[in-house]
Amino acid sequence: MSTSTTGITLQTRRPAFNEAFELLSSMRFAIALLMMIAISAVIGTIMQQNQPMSNYINQFGPFWFDVFNKVGLYAVYSAWWFLLMMAFLVTSTSLCIVRNAPKMMKDMRSWRDNVREQSLRNFHHKTEWTAPLDRAALAQQTATRLTHAGYQTKIVEKDGGTLVAAKRGAANKFGYIFAHSAIVVICVGGLLDSDMPIRVQEWVLGKEPFKGSGVIADIPAKHRLGLGNPTFRGNAMIPEGQASDTAVIPRADGVLIQQLPFTIQLKQFHIEFYSTGAPKLFASDVIVRDHETGKTFPATIEVNKPLIHKGLAVYQSSFEDGGSKLKLTGFPMTGPGSAKFAMDGEVGQSTRLDDAYTVEWSDFRPFNVENLASQDPRDVKKGESLDNAFARGLSDQLGSAAKNANSKDLKNVGPSVQYRLRDQTGQAREYQNYMQPVTVEGNSVFLSGVRATPAEPFSYLRIPADDEYSVRDWMRLRAALHDPALRQQAAQAYARRAMPQSTQAEAMESQLALSALKSLEIFGGNKDAAGFVAVSRFLEKVPQAEQEKAADIFMKILNGTLWELWQVARAKDGLAPAKADEAHARFLQLATNALSDSFFYGAPVYLQLDEFTQVKASVFQVTRSPGKAVVYVGCALLVLGVFAMFYIRERRLWVWVRDEAGGAHALMAMSTQRKTMDFDNEFADLKEKLPQTA
Amino acid sequence: MDITQHRTYTEAPGYFRRLGIFDWLYAAALLAAALFALNQYGAYMDVYEKAILVLSAPTFAALGWHWKPLRWLMPAVALLALGAISLYGGSLEAANTRFWLRYMLSSQSAILWMSVCFFLSTLFYWIGFLSRSQAGASIGSSLCWAALVLGWTAMMVRWYESYLIGADVGHIPISNLYEVFILFALITAMFYLYYEERYATRQLGPFVMLIISAAVGFLLWYTVSRGAAEIQPLVPALQSWWMKIHVPANFIGYGTFALASMVACAYLLKSHGYLVDRLPSLELLDDVMYKAISAGFAFFTIATILGALWAAEAWGGYWSWDPKETWALIVWLNYAAWLHMRLMSGLRGRVAAWWAIVGLLVTSFAFMGVNMFLSGLHSYGKF
Repeated sequence: MSTSTTGITLQTRRPAFNEAFELLSSMRFAIALLMMIAISAVIGTIMQQNQPMSNYINQFGPFWFDVFNKVGLYAVYSAWWFLLMMAFLVTSTSLCIVRNAPKMMKDMRSWRDNVREQSLRNFHHKTEWTAPLDRAALAQQTATRLTHAGYQTKIVEKDGGTLVAAKRGAANKFGYIFAHSAIVVICVGGLLDSDMPIRVQEWVLGKEPFKGSGVIADIPAKHRLGLGNPTFRGNAMIPEGQASDTAVIPRADGVLIQQLPFTIQLKQFHIEFYSTGAPKLFASDVIVRDHETGKTFPATIEVNKPLIHKGLAVYQSSFEDGGSKLKLTGFPMTGPGSAKFAMDGEVGQSTRLDDAYTVEWSDFRPFNVENLASQDPRDVKKGESLDNAFARGLSDQLGSAAKNANSKDLKNVGPSVQYRLRDQTGQAREYQNYMQPVTVEGNSVFLSGVRATPAEPFSYLRIPADDEYSVRDWMRLRAALHDPALRQQAAQAYARRAMPQSTQAEAMESQLALSALKSLEIFGGNKDAAGFVAVSRFLEKVPQAEQEKAADIFMKILNGTLWELWQVARAKDGLAPAKADEAHARFLQLATNALSDSFFYGAPVYLQLDEFTQVKASVFQVTRSPGKAVVYVGCALLVLGVFAMFYIRERRLWVWVRDEAGGAHALMAMSTQRKTMDFDNEFADLKEKLPQTA
Repeated sequence: MDITQHRTYTEAPGYFRRLGIFDWLYAAALLAAALFALNQYGAYMDVYEKAILVLSAPTFAALGWHWKPLRWLMPAVALLALGAISLYGGSLEAANTRFWLRYMLSSQSAILWMSVCFFLSTLFYWIGFLSRSQAGASIGSSLCWAALVLGWTAMMVRWYESYLIGADVGHIPISNLYEVFILFALITAMFYLYYEERYATRQLGPFVMLIISAAVGFLLWYTVSRGAAEIQPLVPALQSWWMKIHVPANFIGYGTFALASMVACAYLLKSHGYLVDRLPSLELLDDVMYKAISAGFAFFTIATILGALWAAEAWGGYWSWDPKETWALIVWLNYAAWLHMRLMSGLRGRVAAWWAIVGLLVTSFAFMGVNMFLSGLHSYGKF
């Protein structure tokens, strides 16, 4: 009974097993697999990988976020189904090798000398001839000629004839074996360097990614990987003057801390630029202290020049601000106050501004190179004929490719600071303020960029620089605009100046003063609208026909009153009135525009950078990849294999020689696995050469 | 019985015996040039560079012996480039004052002439093709050669010009999209001319030249509208000698894949009954397609591996699933599948041709689309 059951199961199992074997090692399975891997890889390039989960939620909404998460689309290349496909690829390729390699090795050695004359007649490429030689001599002659043509030959005596068996390019088969083994070797090497070993440590040793934040030294041991970890790829951010003996390995839901067998101390980070502002050199001067021997040695790590020590490689990955110290002056941007105040900051830290706001210092740059070209020199100039423009356009394109190499359009506009201002509800806006005034369209202005999210570009508030190259005067004017008493004074001053001194005019003067005050009130705005928006809303109420005229008068009054407001504000601070000249008129014009824009600024303060002490930090990537050597061996095999497959053509040739009246008769047949035109040409050549007389 | 039987057999001469006097002169010139350079500039080279310099002589000699036109192409380019360099005399200003530099040999002028030659070559190939005139196709072929000479000269001169900006700026001109587009046009044209001679047919020229013209058209647009021709210094990530071999190997792949797809277009036209008597046999078209794809695949494999070696040195890992890497893998998998089908299942005919065309679309996306639409580490080739 038991034997019969075994027999049955064997009977049913074997075919299934054989079928599976057949399928796995079949070509169509391999092709399907290659295509599926390709398509999955495409998904991974379209969907940005390994982003913070919140990004995906924002992008897809909660429902699709969940679906995509389950399918593993956020980390396709380490998803179980992708790894499964790779496993199938390795299995399928291995089976192919196991199945074919022994046959091929045997075939390479074989002469296939079991052919008969009749079987040669069935070949497509064949020819026959006779020669006045005896059988052995013709066989020998043919073999010699085939040797000249690069073939290996063997003469075999058969009954009824002599067979010359010849072969060439048998190493083609090595190509197949090499290329296919290469795939297996590369995949195995890749697996060694994947995050598999870390996952195993998470399962077996109970290691858990660390989700919080804090000092690395305080992170408990269950989030730490020891020196024995065979493979990892982590980052180490080290500020100048500081040292680290750990690397941070990012995981999907936190980080793991990798202990290193040495301590890296960053002495100095160098960064050099070309005149175009493009970076030229990133280099870190470090001192490495080996924990085992206690010895220290200096090293320089550059992009493309990693440090390799104890089987670990340390790469220059990027650089950051390592906590530059900043000193700033704050100016209020709302309300009637204009008192400045001092503030300190450190990049990477945050400072409390008041009860409502916190400043998070996000970045500091010691210089910014910007293209300040005001217009494109390639524009066709107005009034220029098309012929001329073409000739000039052509001559612009002739000559060397280094014409603008030392262009003067690129300017260093000085340091800038970037910070986020976070309110009590957690909402933040980001600001980017330049330390020095920048010349924009011929005017010297302080730029302060603002944006609501990091995805947007900055929109800039342009505060005109005053006679002292500061923002002070503009701040004064801004505060005065929100001070009812000063507005009143300015309105009256304006009316007085605008009206000739006489008794009849007094009524009109007070009328005008009211209008002036009104214009300031409208421009100063309320919670709905302010600046030019409020002005245009006000003007919309005027009947259509008179709008243009009303706008003209309104702007005239507004400009005049703002001038007076400025003077009143200056007087309040004990300063002499500004001289009424064109430079100051332009200042007021720019100031007015900036005032109007300032209502969109969205911050209670403007922070002006005064002093800084830069501290740079270098970000290193520290890796241990035991699979690298394996992968490289695989790559070498792959190249050998691919070239052998394409450029070594395997061909076989047989000549059957038998006695015939007056000499010997020869029948030649030739075959190859891959028919190309080269093969046809070679056949034609041999067909001509072999029968020729000696 | 047969005429051939009356001819007597002579053993074909060996490889070196077949070489003529010109072959040996060419090799001797290469060796002399390499030794001269080694003697003159050896002090500035490290051991790798010396080895590469010395080995380049036999390598280019073998290439020239295999494909004879190289024996005059290389000296012509060398003479023109050296002429341009001596005209420059160490000053970029010379490009505006010296007649031959301004209108012919400075890199931008030479590239403009190359573009003109490629366009005219395309035109003459088509004239020859449509009017069945041997002369037309022959002129097209000559113009294509002229474009090659000018294009390679331009590349050499551009290389020199980059050093005139500053010793720290100088670098091989294959570092951005503009430069590699020139490389693409030149390599595709060289492979085409090689097959033109091997298969003794000029009927494929009209098709292959189309894609070269398209590349040159893009190049001109890119120059005029974006000012892309400016030499830009290398960012730190690109300052590596891996670039010098990774990029050309890649473009041999891109060039031959493009060529194969244009031949596939010709194949499809012929197999659907168009231009039947003007195009070469389907068998020949199929063979060229296979040859081009297999050469491309081999070099693309090398390029991807070189890229991995470079990535291991620059980014700390030989494979990071960066979009450009991933798309290189996709291109590789696609052609691997094509070659499997072709070699194992004997895939021929329209399916193979359509597949080769789709292959070009995939390749183009890997070449340009990735830089345009996806972000990643390979952001040097941005538009």
